Amino acid sequence: MPEMVLLGDEALAMGAIDAGISAAYAYPGTPSSEIMEYLQAVRPKYGDYVAEWCSNEKTAYEEAVGVSLVGRRALVSMKHVGLNVAADPFINSALLAIHGGLVLAVADDPGMHSSQNEQDSRFYADFARIICLEPRSQAEAYTMTREAFDLSEAFHIPVMIRLTTRIAHSRAVVGTGQRRAQNPVNKSAEKAGWMLLPATARKLWAELLSAQGRFLEYAEDSPYNTLELNRDFRDFGVITAGLGWNYYMENIDELPVKPSHLHISVYPIPVGKVRRLAEAVERIVVIEEGFSFVERALRGILPTGVGISGKEDGALPRTGELTPDNVRGILGLEPKRGIELAPVQPPARPPQLCAGCPHRDSYDALNQALAGFEPRLVTSDIGCYTLGYLPPHQAIETCLCMGASVGMAKGAAQAGFHPVVAVIGDSTFLHSGITGLVDAVASGANMTLLILDNSTTAMTGGQPTILTSSRLEQLVRGLGVEPDHIKLIVPLRKATEENARIIRREIEYDGVSVVIALRDCIQTLKQRKKKEAGE
Amino acid sequence: MRYDVILAGVGGQGVLSVAAIIARGAMTDGLLVRQSEVHGMAQRGGAVQAHLRLSEQRIVSDLIGKASADMILSMEPIESLRYLEYLKPEGILVASADPVKNIPDYPQPEEIYERIRSLPRARLIGSAELAQAAGSPRATNMVMVGAASPYLPVEEGSLLAAIEALFSRKGEKVVRINRKAFRMGREAVASAS
Repeated sequence: MPEMVLLGDEALAMGAIDAGISAAYAYPGTPSSEIMEYLQAVRPKYGDYVAEWCSNEKTAYEEAVGVSLVGRRALVSMKHVGLNVAADPFINSALLAIHGGLVLAVADDPGMHSSQNEQDSRFYADFARIICLEPRSQAEAYTMTREAFDLSEAFHIPVMIRLTTRIAHSRAVVGTGQRRAQNPVNKSAEKAGWMLLPATARKLWAELLSAQGRFLEYAEDSPYNTLELNRDFRDFGVITAGLGWNYYMENIDELPVKPSHLHISVYPIPVGKVRRLAEAVERIVVIEEGFSFVERALRGILPTGVGISGKEDGALPRTGELTPDNVRGILGLEPKRGIELAPVQPPARPPQLCAGCPHRDSYDALNQALAGFEPRLVTSDIGCYTLGYLPPHQAIETCLCMGASVGMAKGAAQAGFHPVVAVIGDSTFLHSGITGLVDAVASGANMTLLILDNSTTAMTGGQPTILTSSRLEQLVRGLGVEPDHIKLIVPLRKATEENARIIRREIEYDGVSVVIALRDCIQTLKQRKKKEAGE
Repeated sequence: MRYDVILAGVGGQGVLSVAAIIARGAMTDGLLVRQSEVHGMAQRGGAVQAHLRLSEQRIVSDLIGKASADMILSMEPIESLRYLEYLKPEGILVASADPVKNIPDYPQPEEIYERIRSLPRARLIGSAELAQAAGSPRATNMVMVGAASPYLPVEEGSLLAAIEALFSRKGEKVVRINRKAFRMGREAVASAS
């Protein structure tokens, strides 16, 4: 078996390549972006598949469903909150007669290293009533992805692979196997299987429900869901899920006795194995990365004969990531103490906009333009520019979800507030700002949209945007914004005063105005120059 | 044998390259490696850390536990103190003495140096000056790999080969500068305190 050193994201991508994908679609989002980046980077070497960034996670998912319909295998990848955007096609696609293997790779971010929340995608898999696989190592990210494609084709459902930050962004040696050929184009013969009219959907829903027993049987028998019983020790048993296994094993040598242990990597929850564990112990300790998904299922509402401990009773922290340290208490181990630092904590060093970043000059101009307007509202969005909330700029006030700056500004304007400015990046605007702007134009809301166009998806590492910047103005014009109130500015320090005047005039205009601040991301520019210099 | 390293620095200082070089060198020597990285927002000039684990046996956790690291290797002085609770009492701290002052409340460097020197085992390296002497200020992180190298369970030759492999696509000059930076860091640590 050839060995490679790969990030969890990359191992998953390699698994998809070797499973014989014909296409992969994604929208960038930490910690999932490296899946698509790897697929694109190795494409010249490994094969003839499509690997594309899409406008957003929903279009990405729908494109993958189209691939499946004509019989070929597709991978679609996104971060956890991206699945909220793709939730509509995802949940519904569980009803379809999935034909070519369809695998959804979703990377959760417990601890919110680079996210707005820490939602747990296992709930989505359960909501859609499909199978979810959760690797605990890079090697498993590879093998499970291969298996996910087989499952998808065997059960005719989309299959979810759930990664979390630490597995997505950690490197280890991965053994790879034989590459499988792609499926030929072979359109699904299931006529009603792709049509969610009420009459057909009811039938498909009933079929999905009746298949649940087979999914459960698969999870019960899966060698990934291991149960080891220690009949001589009844005090407590352990259930681990995902990376919970890693941190449990990291500490296991310090336990005086090895308790009975069930590890869950394959969902639905293998209830038979859980019952066998429960019969062997008086108390079950649940260590899982993310929300208390398994623990809540165990607890139910009515009392059980077995004690249950985990996040719900506070024995483990309810927020953030698991670590080798924070699982010690629940196992009865003392905390480890390192060198005690004499009393002075190093000052915090939060992330900040780069020196030379165009957003800095845009925010200077915006703050100048708004001088004297009190109160005012500046809604914003998701990207590097969200850092404009922090000093020194303190220019923006909101961040909800991709595209929300536009809709929130419209709502506030219609509620009678003035002035309202929405600040959004070019990639975020293309992801989900466009529809909000259509709404604003339709109702003539009195607001100004400032699009920070740095011609890239900067925060996630500089992926290309779906439309080149030169076409952004045409797009805004096409949505019906008054051409006289679409302004292009170049955010440079020397132009700040002039830019501030332009923004101020548009804020004073009663209606929808759009200012596009166009200058390349300093990081992307550096990389491009390096490439051009042949480094 | 197991050797755990916490790598620290500020986004943009090349912490991930340091991790990549040591990991590659360790694998050449037949060790197993697990290396966790931080991507996304934190990379923008903020505090960054990476956990690097080298071992002869299977490694199960991507993260290093508290009081378990054999080394803290930091590209910046105050960043070296941020993760002290992860260091074993007998572990070593190797840090660059050159501050990155991109925050308003940066303490007096002398105060930081004193604190670092008060640890049982610590080495402070004037990495920027050495990198400059080696031929490029951008080779600061390779000075720090050199400074860490005598304590790592990895052969010097394997680390030099890793530098060669990682920088070869950038041309012979870049390789030469980085190898020189490594050597200067290695020499400097022998006389550092």
